Amino acid sequence: MKSYDAIILGAGPAGLTAGIYLSRAKQKVLILDSGTGGGQVMLTHAVANYPGMPETFGYKLASGMKEQAVSFGCEILTNQEISAMDLKSTDKTITAGGETYKAASVIVAVGGKPRTLGLESEKRFQGTGISYCATCDGDFFTGEDIVVIGGGNSALEEAVSLTQYAKSVTIVHQFDHFQGYAHAIKAADENPKISFIMESVVEEFLGDEALTGVKIRSKKTGEVTTLKVTGVFIFIGYVPSTEPFADILELNNRKEIITDEDMATNIPGVFAAGDVRAKKFRQITTAVSDGTIAALGAMDYMHGPDPDKL
Amino acid sequence: MTLDTNLKHVTSGAELNELITENENVMVCCGRMGPMCVPVYAVMEELEKSGEYDNVVFRDMLFDDPEAAVIRNLPECRSFRGLPFTIYYKNGKVAKATSSLQSKEQVTSILKEVF
Repeated sequence: MKSYDAIILGAGPAGLTAGIYLSRAKQKVLILDSGTGGGQVMLTHAVANYPGMPETFGYKLASGMKEQAVSFGCEILTNQEISAMDLKSTDKTITAGGETYKAASVIVAVGGKPRTLGLESEKRFQGTGISYCATCDGDFFTGEDIVVIGGGNSALEEAVSLTQYAKSVTIVHQFDHFQGYAHAIKAADENPKISFIMESVVEEFLGDEALTGVKIRSKKTGEVTTLKVTGVFIFIGYVPSTEPFADILELNNRKEIITDEDMATNIPGVFAAGDVRAKKFRQITTAVSDGTIAALGAMDYMHGPDPDKL
Repeated sequence: MTLDTNLKHVTSGAELNELITENENVMVCCGRMGPMCVPVYAVMEELEKSGEYDNVVFRDMLFDDPEAAVIRNLPECRSFRGLPFTIYYKNGKVAKATSSLQSKEQVTSILKEVF
């Protein structure tokens, strides 16, 4: 069994920041990530509001954080699925990729993933009509009629952005009002290419080889209509990746991990940071802040309070 | 302009033809430095580095390069509307093609299936 001072689950901004702080403090640190690392920032085209950085690509910011963590001695293993874990014991163990790792402290920074509608037909048309990235795939729908699903800032802003390509954009939203900021709602409302179908949900995506239409049901009247479209962009938020921790860590009703202000969970020595944690604002900067605090909390837990040790 | 990855880049149709003629198994990811493409390049880099797929040649190609028409215009890609376009060539012919983001699990499953 390989032994570490701390194991960090997740190599997004929160996990990598925690790794930077801990490894710089001469702790032996392992970061395990279920994907290729980088977190949600990898799925962000451009980042313009990270202090001290001119506008940069999301992947570049993530790569920089990863390189920095490795430079301080962090070991990072990607594409690691956790098959077993014991977080309650003093020596905590994580099994992934056929190896078991032991550590005194664990930081859970596994983030979240884009929410999907969960329809079988949704999977079938991914890449052939259904997309989750307007900047990536918008130009495939030049001059065509498309649908955007969602009612938050992402849906509204991406709908406006997609009008530079599409002939028309129909926003389908399940509620009678939008959750986005007033300026985002105004921009969508004032765009002549955008129309709205409110209080409605998508029941099925239609087509053979590629998407040709969407079946929509009104929540108000129950009426089902079919929209002929070739593209659908889905922006309905994120879900925290907390399934493996559901019976171990205390979660709120949105399945987010509950922590105190020091990022400590209900289990001594286990901390949570970033988008996986119950909090109001989810930004790269808040993830970095969480990761810093979790690392300092883990140091306190392992060695006792000492403000000079980092 | 090239892609900012650690993979070797294909820069022309002639180069791609030579590559698939001279190598039995070739995987080419054709995309941009976008959110759906970067994770696929990362998976390919990891597989190439692992040494477990020495029988496969891994390459990327810039989607917006006019030379990438050799991939964009493949009949197997005619319904594709999501980057990247990832093509698996076996003995010079397209054995499999996928559109949009693919996980390591999906990629390795295809590698086992077609190579």
